[in-house]
Amino acid sequence: MQEELFTSGRNIPNIDPSLEVWHWPIAVYLFLGGLSAGLLLFAAIITILGKEKEYPTTVKYASIITPIALSLGLLALVYDLTHPLYTWQLYTTIRLESPMSWGAWVLLVTTPLSYLWVFSYFSEIFPKRNLKFNVLKNFEKWLQKHRKNMAYILVPLSIILGVYTGILLSAFNARPLWNNAILGPLFLISGLSTGAATIILLSKTAKEKHLFSKIDLALIIIELGLIVHMIMGMYAGSQVQLDAMNLFIGGEFTLMFFGFVIILGLIVPGILELLEIKGYKIPVAIPAILILIGGLIFRFVMVEAGQLTRYLY
Amino acid sequence: MRYAMVIDTLKCVGCSDCVVACQTENDVPIGYCRDWITETVSGTYPNIVLELKSERCNHCDNAPCVRCCPTGASHIVDGGIVLVTHNECIGCGACIESCPYDARYQHPEGYVDKCTFCHHRLEKGQLPACVSVCPTKCMYFGDLDNPNSEVSKLLKNRKWKTLAPEAGTKPNVYYLI
Repeated sequence: MQEELFTSGRNIPNIDPSLEVWHWPIAVYLFLGGLSAGLLLFAAIITILGKEKEYPTTVKYASIITPIALSLGLLALVYDLTHPLYTWQLYTTIRLESPMSWGAWVLLVTTPLSYLWVFSYFSEIFPKRNLKFNVLKNFEKWLQKHRKNMAYILVPLSIILGVYTGILLSAFNARPLWNNAILGPLFLISGLSTGAATIILLSKTAKEKHLFSKIDLALIIIELGLIVHMIMGMYAGSQVQLDAMNLFIGGEFTLMFFGFVIILGLIVPGILELLEIKGYKIPVAIPAILILIGGLIFRFVMVEAGQLTRYLY
Repeated sequence: MRYAMVIDTLKCVGCSDCVVACQTENDVPIGYCRDWITETVSGTYPNIVLELKSERCNHCDNAPCVRCCPTGASHIVDGGIVLVTHNECIGCGACIESCPYDARYQHPEGYVDKCTFCHHRLEKGQLPACVSVCPTKCMYFGDLDNPNSEVSKLLKNRKWKTLAPEAGTKPNVYYLI
C-alpha cells in the first residue's frame, strides 16, 4: 500500500492563501451580470414580439435596474483588480481565447445600450419630469423609433453576457470545480431566473406576474437538471473533480449548496410558483425573493469553493 | 531554442538556497516568492521515502495563464519562457486562477509576478540565479532542442517526471527521480 504521509506547504503565508485571489466583488458581479442579462433578454424579447403594452414592467420599470446593476457590477470588478488604474488595458487587445477579454468587450457594448434603453422610456417612467433640452427630447424620440433595433442587438448580447459569467469560471482548468462545460448554460439559466424573479417582484399586473411565474418555473426545472448534470459529470470525473464534488456532498459547502441554493433557492420557490400557477393564493414576492437570495448564494458558493479546488501533485 | 530546467530530486537537500537567491536576484518582496521547496514523505513505515523538490513556474508550452490573460500581459517569448509585462497587467487574477502549479502571486504594486527563468540573466549568457547557487548542483538549465545539451542528455539517460501532466499544460520543468 502506498500511503502519502504528508506534503509540506511552502511555508510562506502570503503565497498559499493567494490561491483565493477572487473575493466577494466577483460573486456580486456574477450575480448582477446574470440578473442584467435576464432583464435585458426579457425586455428585448417582449419588444420584438410587440407586447410592450401588456408587459410594462419588463420593458420599462425593471429595465431601470439593468444599468444600475451593470454599473455596480463593473465597479465591483474594477474594485477587485489589484491594478485598477490599468483597466483600460483590457481595451487595447481582443483576445478570443480569454473569456475575460471578450466579456469585457461585451460589457463595453451592453452597458451603454442598457442606459439608452432606459433613456428611451424616460418620459414614460418619469411623466412629471420634462427633458430640458430639445436635443435630449429629439434623442429620446430617435431612440424610441429604434427600440426594436436595440432589442435585436440585445438578444444575442444578453445571452453572451449571461453565458459569459459561467464561461469565465469554466475556462480555468486549474480549478476542477469550475472546469466543466455545463457552467456557462447553468449560469445563464440561473441569471435568467433571477431576472424573471425581479420582474415578478416589481410587476403590478396579475398577467405579467403569472407569465413570469411560468417562465421562472421552467427555468428552475432546467437549472435543477443542469445542477444534477454538473454533479454527475464530476462524479464521473478524475480524482481532482471527485475532490471538488466532495466539497458539495459531505464537505464544508454541503449546507450552503443543498440547503440554501437547491432547497431554499430553487425547490421551495419552484413549488410555491407551481401552487400559484395552479390558482392558490400565494404572495409571489416570497418565491421571487428566495430565488434572488439563492442566486446570490450560488455565486458565492461557486466562487469560494472553486478556489479551494486544485491539482494535487 | 526551448529552455528547460531539470532538477534532480535525488540530489536536492531542501536547503532553500534557490529560494533565497531568487528573492535577492529579483527583488521579490518580503513574504512572497517565485520558487519554493516542497517535502513529500510517502510509503508505509518503515519503508518511507522523502522527496524534496524545488518548484517554480513550469513555463508550459500550453500555458493556461497566457490563454486566460485578457490583456496579453502574460505572453511567451523566445525559448518558450512565459513572462508578464508589468504595465499591461491589470491584476485581474485570471492567470493565478488558471495555473495548476499556483506559481503566480500578486505583487504589492498591483501586477502579477512569477519566475522568469531569470530572463535578464539569460540575455547576458548567465544561468538563472537559483541554478547558479545550488550547493548540491541538483539543478540544470539548458536548451531541449539541442540534443547535446546537458538537460537533453539527462532526460535521455535518467527517469524523470513532470508535475501534474494530467492538467495538459506541457510543463518545461523536469524532475529526475
